[in-house]
Amino acid sequence: MRLLRNLAPALSAFLALFASSQPASSAPPAEANSCLACHGAQGEGLAAAGYPRLAGLSAEYISEQLNAYIDGRRVNPIMRPMAMPLTATQIQGIATFFSALPAPSNVAAALTDATQSALGQQLAERGEWSAGIPACFNCHAPGGVGLPPAFPPIVGQPAMYIESQIQAWKNGTRQGDPKNLANALMHNVAFRMSDTQTKAVAAWLAAQPIPTPNTSPSTTVKTNP
Amino acid sequence: MSIVTSATLTRTVALLFSLASQLSSTPAFSADAQAALNASAHTGATFQPPSEADIPAGPFGDTIRLGRDIMLDTPRHAARFVGNNLSCANCHLDAGRMAGSAPLWAAYVNFPAYRAKNSKINTYQERLQGCFRFSMNGSAPPLGDPVLVALEAYSFWLATGLPVNKEVAGRGYPKLEKPAQVADFSRGQAVYTARCALCHGESGAGQSTAGQVIFPSLWGNQSYNWGAGMGSINNAAQFIYANMPYGMSYSLTPQEAWDVAYFMNAHERPQDPRWLGSVEATRAKFHDSPFSLYGQTINGNVLGKTGAPKRTQDKDQAHIAP
Ligand code: HEC
Ligand code: HEC
Ligand code: HEC
Ligand code: HEC
Repeated sequence: MRLLRNLAPALSAFLALFASSQPASSAPPAEANSCLACHGAQGEGLAAAGYPRLAGLSAEYISEQLNAYIDGRRVNPIMRPMAMPLTATQIQGIATFFSALPAPSNVAAALTDATQSALGQQLAERGEWSAGIPACFNCHAPGGVGLPPAFPPIVGQPAMYIESQIQAWKNGTRQGDPKNLANALMHNVAFRMSDTQTKAVAAWLAAQPIPTPNTSPSTTVKTNP
Repeated sequence: MSIVTSATLTRTVALLFSLASQLSSTPAFSADAQAALNASAHTGATFQPPSEADIPAGPFGDTIRLGRDIMLDTPRHAARFVGNNLSCANCHLDAGRMAGSAPLWAAYVNFPAYRAKNSKINTYQERLQGCFRFSMNGSAPPLGDPVLVALEAYSFWLATGLPVNKEVAGRGYPKLEKPAQVADFSRGQAVYTARCALCHGESGAGQSTAGQVIFPSLWGNQSYNWGAGMGSINNAAQFIYANMPYGMSYSLTPQEAWDVAYFMNAHERPQDPRWLGSVEATRAKFHDSPFSLYGQTINGNVLGKTGAPKRTQDKDQAHIAP
């Protein structure tokens, strides 16, 4: 006990040193360099091309997605060759790196179509229960900031990307495993969405600014023990 | 349930799916094959409450909108009367519109009504008082309080076009067949871990972010108290069967719904505000039912043995609120 107590400060100093040399807080691990061309130098994504942001996504979620590209549950001709060569250790390093990057301060896309905007907002905040669609924000958290590890953020993602994912679930290129509850939940929601609803909610979400760190949660607080 | 560790399993399943989709002409599998569209699916309800876009302008419309807002975010819009962090809409889905989720429109047209809970004719406002006292673990707003008036106005408006004093399809929860086997804690725990914990948390405390509840707590000190309707295993099983997992109505088997309802209600929660000084006396008077685990011994602990209520009711309200 005593020895442990004496060791503790030294140990934590060592850990702090170790942590500060971790790539997460400075340079990306070598394998991540090739990703930045598309996913942005800060992992912020590339809205014009529909490339998603990776910054601020949970490490569990990122590594799960990379594995999905490898084993074919997510079919995408761009990402498959990017993910294939990665080892499990590299995936973990990459996932940790991107998850530690702060959510970007996005320039929200402009939204001109008022009808589309109203429909998109309705879906995000209240859902369309007659079609079995719960409010997006009731799972992805108010503002769409996400709830790690299982619920990814949907604000700060390009409209093109959001739309393509809902289509992917519908046409089978983003396969879910019904035994995996997280997969099944979103698969279910996507199946129920019409093209008009998909377009509207994607456009509206992409037009929302990411809440600033002060108002947005970086950690999940359990409500009570 | 770790996302990462299930990778091998999912890989195998993915392989099976790609095989299956090659064999059949229908692309992909349908995750909602077993899940109904929503809770109303098995209720036979035909009534459609009006659209919120049609809430009238003017002061009456404002009152209706306030009622809607109280449903959606009760701790914010009725703070004085709320003692946990639940909102009415957590249990009355789609802001009280959803058939099969105890919709307000179906309730409204059936009041005043006799209630066994307090052995008298209750007005709708009196019924609402009970919600605050038990489900919200708070205190009953006085009759005529703007909070009750707003909720009543909202319910009245939702019921536009419904005949009064008639049982309407969609009221309460759809009937659920009795379980084949007696509801069981450890089977319920297994259902909970697989189908609920992702959202409501291993500890049942729910999840919040930036002070906003996302997934409400199912037990513990921020949940409904021992006097609430949801504390009855039959109510809970019916609610869960029709409404949970969220967005996957009727995807559990009836047995799973009973088991997980039992498991949920076999945990500690705030004291029954009708507390009579001892668990035994309180059970004898208010919980003498096979559907209540209050006062029962679960895993060596007597449920409800937590002493007098922490947030005691105003004594002079006790006679008004059942
Ligand atoms: C040539 C451009 C390009 C490069 C380079 C690239 N990506 Fe991607 N990435 C994409 C596109 C496009 C998508 C969306 C694919 C889809 O629809 O599934 C994507 C999706 C992803 C996703 C899923 C994100 C989510 O929110 O679900 C992850 C994780 C990811 N990429 C990681 C990486 C990593 C790690 C690298 C480097 C090893 C990398 N990407 C390199 C274009 C690229
Ligand atoms: C019942 C809960 C639930 C609801 C409601 C819900 N989602 Fe999801 N969503 C999820 C989960 C869980 C995931 C992660 C899926 C996975 O891991 O396979 C997800 C993933 C997503 C993704 C992929 C994000 C990425 O980075 O690739 C998008 C886009 C998305 N949801 C959009 C929406 C929209 C739009 C709505 C509202 C119309 C919505 N979701 C409603 C649970 C939900
Ligand atoms: C923890 C879940 C829960 C919460 C929170 C909750 N209720 Fe309920 N409510 C129930 C249950 C269960 C019933 C039906 C069982 C019973 O008779 O007690 C019910 C019944 C009702 C009824 C009568 C329904 C009928 O058909 O007779 C009304 C009206 C009602 N609640 C309104 C509200 C309002 C308003 C709030 C918020 C102030 C609220 N409830 C909060 C679970 C809840
Ligand atoms: C996708 C996340 C998710 C899953 C999985 C889920 N729930 Fe819920 N649950 C919710 C949400 C969100 C609400 C509140 C509904 C609303 O406000 O629209 C809720 C409400 C409830 C309530 C009423 C409110 C309360 O706190 O008492 C109960 C009871 C409940 N869930 C039980 C369960 C059970 C049992 C399971 C597993 C069989 C389950 N839930 C699975 C998200 C989930």
